[in-house]
Amino acid sequence: MTLLETTSAPALPVSLSGVARRFPSPDGGERVVLREIDLSIRAGEIVALLGPSGCGKSTLLRLISGLDTADGGELTIAGTPVAAVDQRCAVAFQEPRLLPWRTIERNVEIGLPRGTEKSAGRDRVSELLRLVQLDHASGLRPRQVSGGMAQRASLARALARNPGVLLLDEPFGALDALTRITMQDLLLEVHAVEPATIVLVTHDVDEALQLADRIVLLGTDGDTAGATIRRVLEVGNRRPRDRGDARLAALRAELLDLLGVESHHPEDYITQAIKAQRSKRENP
Amino acid sequence: MAASPDFVTGDSVVRGGIAGPPADPHVTGEAAVHSSEAGTSVVERPRPRRSSWRWLIGAILPVALLVLWWAASHLGWVAAFKLPSPEAVIQAAIDLAQRGVLWEYIGISLQRVLLGFAIGAIVGLALGAIVGLSRLADGFLAPTIGAARAVPSLAWVPLLILYLGFGEDSKVTLVAIGALFPVYTTVAGALRHVDPHLVELGRAYGLHGVRLLTTVQLPAVIPAIISGLRLALAQAWLFLVAAELLGSTMGLGFLLIESQNNGRIDRLFLAILVLAVLGKATDALVGVLERQLLKRWG
Ligand SMILES: Nc1ncnc2c1ncn2[C@@H]1O[C@H](COP(=O)(O)OP(=O)(O)OP(=O)(O)O)[C@@H](O)[C@H]1O
Ligand SMILES: [Mg+2]
Repeated sequence: MTLLETTSAPALPVSLSGVARRFPSPDGGERVVLREIDLSIRAGEIVALLGPSGCGKSTLLRLISGLDTADGGELTIAGTPVAAVDQRCAVAFQEPRLLPWRTIERNVEIGLPRGTEKSAGRDRVSELLRLVQLDHASGLRPRQVSGGMAQRASLARALARNPGVLLLDEPFGALDALTRITMQDLLLEVHAVEPATIVLVTHDVDEALQLADRIVLLGTDGDTAGATIRRVLEVGNRRPRDRGDARLAALRAELLDLLGVESHHPEDYITQAIKAQRSKRENP
Repeated sequence: MAASPDFVTGDSVVRGGIAGPPADPHVTGEAAVHSSEAGTSVVERPRPRRSSWRWLIGAILPVALLVLWWAASHLGWVAAFKLPSPEAVIQAAIDLAQRGVLWEYIGISLQRVLLGFAIGAIVGLALGAIVGLSRLADGFLAPTIGAARAVPSLAWVPLLILYLGFGEDSKVTLVAIGALFPVYTTVAGALRHVDPHLVELGRAYGLHGVRLLTTVQLPAVIPAIISGLRLALAQAWLFLVAAELLGSTMGLGFLLIESQNNGRIDRLFLAILVLAVLGKATDALVGVLERQLLKRWG
């Protein structure tokens, strides 16, 4: 692939130990969101973060990128502490966050590392746009593209940076099944040629199984407030992976089971809740 | 004549402040694909072809007023010393033009407005940027500027005359004061409310300081800056007439007060009409600037 002729920044290892994050709660106290996160990520590894909504996955990515600071513990990239807004990372946020007054192409351009030569930068941007299948939309403004297109633009912007650590927050969440698989393959291809350490948040168990070397399951443990790492699963198989592989199927069942444990509600709990609401309305 | 607050509606501040959601999927992927395949790389929103219509509709009321005016003066509905006929006003214009004073007055008034407007807008932009971007500057400066803004414009006049005399300086300064506050208020307000997600995005991609300002913050507040400029221009004309009414020997405000003293109702009408035309024309100029900027940044 021509894009990937540029000399690539080396992938960097990331290490978290005892990381905690609390936020002030409305009642004046504090709410623990993350606690005791210990994780050491090898250079070039792909780690998928899985966990229920609101458990702190985005928060953890923000901590690694230095956009937010931890209340406890240590975060290092390649042995040195994470700086405020660490430029060794590139983030694709959960929302596309495109600048509405720039075209898609000029938005992706923002991702280029500082000091990229002009024509090289232009080549890289158009190559990336082709890879995320947005070459036809390069001149459009964000308000003129669909949510999935905006998300791919945001992914291209992060890839343009060619970072040591790539942080992707649900990068394929808004895509249809087919485009999603294409983009997953694209990510793996880029990773093969420009190896970065990738931390990827996803809600999709199959996506995690397809992409990750390891899957980290975040969640609360017992009655202690705050999410922590509940399980780390080695996927291990070489990529590309057969989606029907028996070992993956076993892992999948295990993951779904672990995720299911989050819910303590009986199966028809929504039906019951609606019925209760209705009867309350009918006989107040 | 209170200063800017009544002119700066919350509306205009809010409008500029919101940079808009990063990407609202109004257009489906498909639609965008089709339009680009059709060969247009940038699909502009189709412009309704109604400009000629708008001209016509907009002209109805002025023409009707003119007819009414003509009728009222010629049919004796209003006494002649209160309402000159349109012809009399045209005659007054020709008369003043031939003597050269009409152009002189228009020229000097325009000069005062444009100079004062430029100075006020630049200072307002700078102050608005400082206060809007820095919490510290906000805490330090905003209360004082707010108090200065609250002073009714005419209250400055005696002081300006005392310090700067009756010459151009005091008048241009008064106009600049009038133009400053609308720009300051809209720009500071809008910068405070630039979508924090976009600012964070800029920081995450290594932008800070001036580059963050020019890449994210300023483009996000361009609509606010423009509406601030429009308000400032209206204020500039307002303050110009105030300055010229209160002590001058030239200009449209002077023509107003002199005509009142001489009982020249025709010239008084002329001055008002010229002010209306000039005000509308300069506003249209800002409108052209607005369209240019919004095409690029909107
Ligand atoms: N700046 C903040 N101030 C206060 N609370 C915050 C802040 N940021 C995040 N939180 C809280 O931290 C928790 C975790 O948020 P986070 O966005 O990390 O969740 P998430 O795991 O990414 O969820 P989702 O899967 O829905 O994106 C939430 O309960 C949220 O309310
Ligand atoms: Mg999230």
